[in-house]
Amino acid sequence: MLNLSPDEWTAVALSLRIAVVATGVSLPFGIAVAWLLARKDFWGKALLDGIVHLPLVLPPVVTGYLLLITFGRKGAIGSLLADIGIVFSFRWTGAALACGVMAFPLLVRAIRLSFEAIDRRLEDAAATLGANRMWVFLTVTLPLALPGVIAGMVLAFAKALGEFGATITFVSNIPGETQTLSAAIYTFTQIPGGDAAAGRLVIIAIVIALAALVASEWFARRAGLRYHGD
Amino acid sequence: MLSVDVEKRLGDFNLAAKFETAAGATALFGPSGSGKTSLVNMIGGLLTPDRGRIALGEDVLFDSATRINVPAHRRRIGTVFQEGRLFPHMTVARNLDYGRWMSGLSDDPAEWQRIVTLLDIGGLLQRRPGRLSGGERQRIAIGRALLMKPRLLLLDEPLASLDRARKLEILPYLARLRDEAKVPMIYVSHLAGEIQRLCQQVVRIEDGRVQASGGVELLDAEVAH
Repeated sequence: MLNLSPDEWTAVALSLRIAVVATGVSLPFGIAVAWLLARKDFWGKALLDGIVHLPLVLPPVVTGYLLLITFGRKGAIGSLLADIGIVFSFRWTGAALACGVMAFPLLVRAIRLSFEAIDRRLEDAAATLGANRMWVFLTVTLPLALPGVIAGMVLAFAKALGEFGATITFVSNIPGETQTLSAAIYTFTQIPGGDAAAGRLVIIAIVIALAALVASEWFARRAGLRYHGD
Repeated sequence: MLSVDVEKRLGDFNLAAKFETAAGATALFGPSGSGKTSLVNMIGGLLTPDRGRIALGEDVLFDSATRINVPAHRRRIGTVFQEGRLFPHMTVARNLDYGRWMSGLSDDPAEWQRIVTLLDIGGLLQRRPGRLSGGERQRIAIGRALLMKPRLLLLDEPLASLDRARKLEILPYLARLRDEAKVPMIYVSHLAGEIQRLCQQVVRIEDGRVQASGGVELLDAEVAH
């Protein structure tokens, strides 16, 4: 029913790869930052909180531009990373970085809320049973936060899949390398006769987003049942 | 056995308590808000005293003078909390096994069988805590604390959240525990009746201070009314 051209498939596959990598790589950082914000009081906490949430309120083009001057080939960090072979500019890895940064606040927010909702007395109980802090985290805190972690991952994945402004500013719109689903749809709407192709990609985007929502609902329900059922 | 001499300021409340216990079951007795739970948390390592010393036999757990503070997870003190605090994401069997696993003890099927029989929880092992009754939960919490082979068992009002019928259900298990398990126990309660059934010694706490300590005859006046 959907006869996608090879170029359109490339955009879909690339978007999925970018969204999966962006979500997967940012997950450990997201868990760490969420835990710090939920559990620790330290100097500069409000600043960290603000920086994490900045991509949510800044125009995406601004975030993309900041990434360009920081992680571009001549950027402060980008030039250092280029020396060891890690290049972001005009590569799909750069798109993944942009998507990860844009999705990070959503990821952190969901995980932080679930950390804050955990009954800390269960962690105390685990400590009296001989679990050190790492084991308490791995066997009690993280499993209990799992519904929130899944919700955060789905939000981050959806955001990464749809990210447009920061990505196109940072790594441009190169078919096969940085042209994501959103960028491809935008490109097709700009050329005469591109409506059909844009329409097909729009349907794909809707299907992926719905599938992600249903999957997260299912995982969250399963996790919830585990805690309250038999 | 256990010797406690601690001071702790908690907001407006000043706790300064000194007592020693012998082997067997000792009650920390006193009205709500007298500082019993804070004392239990300091013994277990969940709350740090401002000053003082806590020692279990020869083993110093906390000493502000020499800056010793053994963390909770290395004290090997089993604690049964008022609300059970079972892990909701684990089956009863995994809850029971958690302390043994985390304390790095080898599997001991005989001990497992003995505790499961003692507390009569064999039929619950594959269930999750969410649907258990309060009495079942407390029995499992007791079993979980025992299976880590604690050097001391702290029971912080383990019956307080239960109705009268459930209390009567658990009390015999606690008596068997005292007679069979041979683990020294600190039993926190504000009810003289429970204590008289279970404990040989009483430390009476009021307003953050030890008012008296001695045998269960300390409670005679309370039981009279």
